[in-house]
Amino acid sequence: MSSVATLEPDADPAPGSGAPGSHPLRRFVLRRLGSAVITLWVLSVLIFVATSILPGDAASAMLGKQANGEALRDLRQRMGLDVPLVQQYGNWLWGLLHGDLGRSASSFLNGGDLTVWSQVSGKLANSAELALVAFVPIVIVSLLLGVYSATRVNRWQDHLISTVTVVPAALPEFVLGALLIAVFFSWLDVLPPVSLVPPDTSALASPQLLVLPVLVLVGVTVGPAARMIRAGMLEALESNMVTVARLNGIAESRVLRRYALRNALGPSIVVFGLIAQYLIGGLLVVEYMFAFPGIGKELVDALSIHDNAEVASVTMLLATIFVGITIVADLLVLLVVPKLRTGSAA
Amino acid sequence: MSTAVKDRRIWLPATNSGRIGLGLLVLILAVAVLGPFLASGDPTKTLGVPFSAPEPGSIFGLDFLGRDVLTRALHGGRSVLLFAGLATVVAYGLGLVVGLYAGYTRSRVDTGLMRGMDVLLAFPTLIFILVLSNAFSRSIWAVVLATAVIQLPPIARIVRTATVEQSVRGFVEAAVARGESMVSVLGREILPNLARPLSADIGLRFTWSVLLIASVNFLGLGLQPPASDWGLMVSENRAGIGLNPWAVLVPALLLGSLTVAINLLSDSIADAK
Repeated sequence: MSSVATLEPDADPAPGSGAPGSHPLRRFVLRRLGSAVITLWVLSVLIFVATSILPGDAASAMLGKQANGEALRDLRQRMGLDVPLVQQYGNWLWGLLHGDLGRSASSFLNGGDLTVWSQVSGKLANSAELALVAFVPIVIVSLLLGVYSATRVNRWQDHLISTVTVVPAALPEFVLGALLIAVFFSWLDVLPPVSLVPPDTSALASPQLLVLPVLVLVGVTVGPAARMIRAGMLEALESNMVTVARLNGIAESRVLRRYALRNALGPSIVVFGLIAQYLIGGLLVVEYMFAFPGIGKELVDALSIHDNAEVASVTMLLATIFVGITIVADLLVLLVVPKLRTGSAA
Repeated sequence: MSTAVKDRRIWLPATNSGRIGLGLLVLILAVAVLGPFLASGDPTKTLGVPFSAPEPGSIFGLDFLGRDVLTRALHGGRSVLLFAGLATVVAYGLGLVVGLYAGYTRSRVDTGLMRGMDVLLAFPTLIFILVLSNAFSRSIWAVVLATAVIQLPPIARIVRTATVEQSVRGFVEAAVARGESMVSVLGREILPNLARPLSADIGLRFTWSVLLIASVNFLGLGLQPPASDWGLMVSENRAGIGLNPWAVLVPALLLGSLTVAINLLSDSIADAK
């Protein structure tokens, strides 16, 4: 994968200096954080422009037909829309930097003091729970399938796995969701077709609501993930190191675990980082499909009622999480692949 | 690139899954393109009680407004193919121009493409499209445009790489030595040689466009009712899946077959290289 982190050769790559906190690692982290900040800043400009470019501002959109001169002026002032765009952007960004996501346009209309954060925090927690519950089986199943097909390469087991996993992976999430609902609700009647988690309760308290959404997320991701892990594993199995280990008479199971799997771990972490990132976008469709009260459905709802203030802040929040996942994945790769850490890698 | 492959007049995928994909694709295309002519009734006409079960004369029953599911499904394939095809053509048209220019001149355009990729990679594609199309007034055309814009940087980069490879070949140098203009060198010498390396990528881009546009329609942020569209149909009939599952299953299966078919086909093109 192209996003595998590599360190530039250091001027003084003293052997054994690879402990966390040492010079090259710290420099890598700083550089990575720096580029993340720049990317996020570019995104913030794009998102702000995209949500403020439409003719007619949020205030008139909110008031709709009731908009008259005075009410409009009043609402504009309360929403901070009466200042120049650059200043609006500045205010928004300043708020974001202080953890203030602002207020949604609909909360102004109701006259309440509801902040975007109070509207979305519970939903963000629900989504995080759903994502975590999905992530664990995705990791386990794709690792098992990927490693197994690598050890049975081009035999019938390998072909079977790739044939069975390629179909769900090619489907849009909502098509797979519809098929699963048809089977498990319409036909077998064992699982609910919607996942309405009651407000103020954890999604984990009603596990039967999570089964179908998780199955969809597992179904669409396991195929490509297992395929990439299989490729990484095959590369490791073909390396000289594995050949030497086998010639030395080391048991095959040990060769797999200690030699091949350990070297396929770096590429696998990259794959799982990609999946964690995919989940952010995938949750949007899956949550909408199952009416799951999460951040993805919240964003779709805000988009459909043109609440641009909320759209901008929620999008920026998701972008930050997304970029954060990239950094964590890069760091994990660095920690499990020592040769990247010492700076001696190409 | 063996001569045997080159000489074959009719191209057929080399693998079984590729052939299945091709057959399925032809079938779905036939349904989508010919469907509106085969359908007997009006796709927006209410015929009876919402979510009526299948009966003679309406083999898949009625939808959430009491309209015939089969009629609507036969009308519903054109939109996704049309809009996804359009997004792919626009993205590839622009991507070819930018990529050819960047690859042939090795200019600063390259840095711009890299930055564009960085920003794109930092964000889920679907959300990007939703926010962008929201900015351009949010009609289906805005969704098409946003889908094309999103795919521009990766396409331009692939074209650029392929162009760099071609531009050092003898026939290109010969054309330059003959004094041909840059447009002529790019169009007549380099472009025809990109078809092979890019064919698998075009399939992949089209799959992406189908997935993204169908998802936007499903979310209710693209095509608006009463349009017949497979994605929209799945969305609007979800509530009645217990009463008449066919209202959801028929469009879902058609759309699923389409994406699986293109996937299998572009996989086998990629393998054949």
